[in-house]
Amino acid sequence: MTGAVLSTHGLVARYGDFQALYGIDFQIGQGEAVALIGANGAGKSTFLRAVMGLLPVASDMVRMGGQPIGGTPADRMVQRGVAIVPEGRRLFTGMSVQDNLRVAVDQADRLGRRGGWSLSRLHRLFPILNEKARTPVQSLSGGQQQMVSIGRALLCQPTVLLCDEISLGLAPKVIREIYAALPEIRAQGTSVVLVEQDVGLAQSASDRLYCLLEGRVTLTGPSGSVTRDQISQAYFGGSHAVV
Amino acid sequence: MQWFDALIQGVLLGGMYAQYALGMALMFGVMKIVNVSHGDLVILLSLVGISLASSFGLGPLAVMAALVPLAVGLGWLLQKAVLNRVVGEDPLPSLIATFGLSLALQNLMLQIWSANSRSLPGGGIESRSVQIGGIYIGLLPVIVLAVAVALTWGLDLMLKRTRFGRALRAAASDVEAASMTGINPRAVYASATAIAVGILGFAAVFQSLRSTVAPADGGAQLIYAFEAVIIGGMGSVWGAFLGAMVLGVAQAIGFRIDPGFGVLAGHIVFLLVLATRPQGLFGRA
Repeated sequence: MTGAVLSTHGLVARYGDFQALYGIDFQIGQGEAVALIGANGAGKSTFLRAVMGLLPVASDMVRMGGQPIGGTPADRMVQRGVAIVPEGRRLFTGMSVQDNLRVAVDQADRLGRRGGWSLSRLHRLFPILNEKARTPVQSLSGGQQQMVSIGRALLCQPTVLLCDEISLGLAPKVIREIYAALPEIRAQGTSVVLVEQDVGLAQSASDRLYCLLEGRVTLTGPSGSVTRDQISQAYFGGSHAVV
Repeated sequence: MQWFDALIQGVLLGGMYAQYALGMALMFGVMKIVNVSHGDLVILLSLVGISLASSFGLGPLAVMAALVPLAVGLGWLLQKAVLNRVVGEDPLPSLIATFGLSLALQNLMLQIWSANSRSLPGGGIESRSVQIGGIYIGLLPVIVLAVAVALTWGLDLMLKRTRFGRALRAAASDVEAASMTGINPRAVYASATAIAVGILGFAAVFQSLRSTVAPADGGAQLIYAFEAVIIGGMGSVWGAFLGAMVLGVAQAIGFRIDPGFGVLAGHIVFLLVLATRPQGLFGRA
């Protein structure tokens, strides 16, 4: 696919002596939602960190619109239109909800990124963020913190949004609330990469999915047509299957 | 009355220490760097200021106007050339680098200015005082305190209200998350150190007006700054200011008990705080 907004080519990443990714080929088109599933330690978060420039990778292993950008520092990736909702939310503790979000507004402005997201639009998407604007983020519930983290990433005005386990540790009702925001994000033309533990949720929320196992892609295909059997084989081991 | 006088003098002395401590609190709060060369930078700037005054016949205000921008540039350069290479999770590399820098600066200053003590001529301002109800209050210490309050207030306001302040606080809270939000940590760090050393530009002028400076004096200024920051609670600017007040008052009261006990009294208060409330008097646990 030449229309890929973001793609990786034989992406290899390691933590010191430990190799975590063994040649990941991945691509995502404009406005597409792609899920990344796999067991703990399969390399999903590592993949997002490598794409975001938080791990050293060779420049031609990650491309945006065909241009090699691998290993670009995270702040420059934001400038190029990639934002991440990181594992564990990583909010700025000690700062209010409003200030957490304004950091992103400030930087998007500084980096000259324009897009459809504003504080008021975010407040319509997650009204609780307006009510709690002056609350320090550490005293929010887990779901509210996740909304701040998502909001912070959206206010970076991304063309590609990387979401790392945004449902982790949240109540089913809150997960539904957060996933309900996805269509509006995509309507903006933003592509979304979803790393998700819950396979059913990943399938229903995405157009295509990749299954990772021990740092390799073991299954790729349209989310609607891959079967449970194929997924469980790819998830736990077996031969590579493409649908 | 004698003790009330000690309290007043202590608060005024605290104004000087606050000017040392602010930059240290800022650098520690944002980068978790303890800049061992902090005191030597005050002395270096003082000596540069004294040389400027004697070479060009500048008054204290003109020296300050020249020294503060110079200090800002020096801080920026220090971060870009040295500290950005050693800043990180591990506090040891930056400690070693700034310790080495401290030694190098002391020897450099000894080379250029010799070991003699010098001071900045203030045109009489340093000896003027007013008497209020039996207590003599020096004009210069009052100015020092007023400038310290203004710097603390300005720094606090900058951190809370400006785009740069928010970026600094974000980087202080979680530097990787800050970079994921578009902040360039190294640029933010360079500006933080530029501000921290820039404040020392003010401190250097006042230090060389109120007393003499010599190349080996940096250690004491470092200790006072460090103690004020620890007493107040690391990383908060008003905490550093209040810590400086506590240190100043402790020294002034100690000095009234016995002239040789003043500095030691400050150290004892510092150790007591460290033992009983390591997060600082005004810090959060």
